[in-house]
Amino acid sequence: MPESTGSAVDDRPSRGGRRLPLVWLGAVPFLAYVTIFLVLPTIIVIFGAFSGPHGPTLSNVKALSQDYIVTAFVNSIELSAMSAIIGAVVGAVVAYAVVTGKPDSTLRRIVTSASGVLAQFGGVTLAFAFIATIGGAGLITVWLGDHGIDIGSNVWLYELPGLTLVYSYFQIPLMVLVFLPALDGIRPQWREATETLGGTAWDYWRHVAAPLLWPSFIGSTLLLFANAFSAYATVEALVSQGGIVLPLQIYNAFTSETVLGQENLAKALAGGMVVVVAIVMSLYVLLQRRATRWAR
Amino acid sequence: MGQVSMVAATMPVETVRRSRGPISRRSRRLNMFRVVVLVLAAVFFLTPILAMLEFSTRGTGIGAPRTLTYWRQIFDYPDLVAAIQVSLELAVITSVAGLLLLVPTMIWVRLRLPKLKRVIEFLCLLPLTVPAIVLVVGLAPVYAWVTYFFGDSTLTLAFAYVVLVLPYTYRVLDAGLSAIDVQTLSEAARSLGAGWGTVMLRIVAPNMRSALLNSALLSVALVLGEFTIAQLLNFVNLQVAINMLGRANAGVSIAVAVASLFFAFILLVALSFVGRRRSGSVQVEE
Repeated sequence: MPESTGSAVDDRPSRGGRRLPLVWLGAVPFLAYVTIFLVLPTIIVIFGAFSGPHGPTLSNVKALSQDYIVTAFVNSIELSAMSAIIGAVVGAVVAYAVVTGKPDSTLRRIVTSASGVLAQFGGVTLAFAFIATIGGAGLITVWLGDHGIDIGSNVWLYELPGLTLVYSYFQIPLMVLVFLPALDGIRPQWREATETLGGTAWDYWRHVAAPLLWPSFIGSTLLLFANAFSAYATVEALVSQGGIVLPLQIYNAFTSETVLGQENLAKALAGGMVVVVAIVMSLYVLLQRRATRWAR
Repeated sequence: MGQVSMVAATMPVETVRRSRGPISRRSRRLNMFRVVVLVLAAVFFLTPILAMLEFSTRGTGIGAPRTLTYWRQIFDYPDLVAAIQVSLELAVITSVAGLLLLVPTMIWVRLRLPKLKRVIEFLCLLPLTVPAIVLVVGLAPVYAWVTYFFGDSTLTLAFAYVVLVLPYTYRVLDAGLSAIDVQTLSEAARSLGAGWGTVMLRIVAPNMRSALLNSALLSVALVLGEFTIAQLLNFVNLQVAINMLGRANAGVSIAVAVASLFFAFILLVALSFVGRRRSGSVQVEE
């Protein structure tokens, strides 16, 4: 950690003139790294969206109004909204069930660890898990088939309803992870205070808990939306063809860039995705700021 | 450390619950609700994992007995074994590199460059706004240079993965730093003659041990599950290998998938116990 070794001497007022540059030096490695591997790629995408083989152009962006791309956009928004709402509601209930237990219980540790894994372990594993569960030869499909029930999941599993169900599998744990701290912020003493003042359980929820929790809840829902909107691996492993949602269209355009001469369509699609996610995430940050007002 | 105060705070509630009627009825109702919710959640989350286990132990043909053939076949695919190894290496490299990059910077910014805090926060949370599938489109030209300087080893993916884990690492570390009074700690240490290196390594870092551990764990889980960037940059990591194998031999690929899921879960549970024991011993020392 070279940036941490600036000695005590640098701090002395007598060296005031040299102080500023040395202080800033500490942030250089981080800023340089992030510039190369995060800022630069982002700039490449945004500039690429507006440039063609013969200089600046709007043709990439215009190409976004084609029917199949608009459909993918709409599908993506529908899928993300549905899975975010389901994930937020169910996740909040699970988080509440956990937080009302003992603060240092084994249960809580297991739920937090499981949520950590499950929220990240979307993707291929998850797609396979659901194929093994309700796919054509899946556990539940076969079991119900033996009892004469056909759930028909071979069709809907690979379309939006199936994707919504599969996405809930990582949305719910993510909600548990992001909502637990908000619930932790609700002190048991406040409930006792409400009761001491003669309030009922309803009064407590209506006037104390809900006003404190709603910014976190809505904020978390937005985070879940962005999470689903940008998820690629799960849908690629499950559907893989046809470009049903936006991320698959980006993949199609990215891999055919050199072949078809649609050089920057992938960047325009990616730019479109960034715009949606950026709007949602800004709202999330605003709400989060409001939510943390009570955290201290 | 906060846990102690939490326990202390809930103590009176427990005694009250036992002594007063309506509250104990409420707590019984609450317990019912908790059991129902947690059981339903467990069923929903365990069923697909059990289904994977079941699927990966199926015999070939109708009515064939359970077999571990698929599990044994994992080692018949050298590409798969190589991919498992490379993903584990990437997980270690990424979690260590992410911490080395972020921890000193965050402490430094908190103590000496508070002006920069918003910028660092913005940059760290930026990957949430720039999804992997978008990032990889812009990373492709950058990786032409990475390949030029570092060769085309799959391990070069670590450069991109450090960026992917930034938001999670940042959040955990920020929470860890906020929980301790960095300013007072460092002023105390510095007034006793400690240099900045000592402040970071021996004063601040040990006090946020569980945050460091948490962020490393999140990174490991994230890297083991990463697919998008590897696939689009034509690298074969664990998930890409599983996906490719899924088309040829679903049984084996599902066996690996469930194994990797279990591995990450065991790792996280085990390490969360380690983290707890350590923070417990710190309390005793204090």
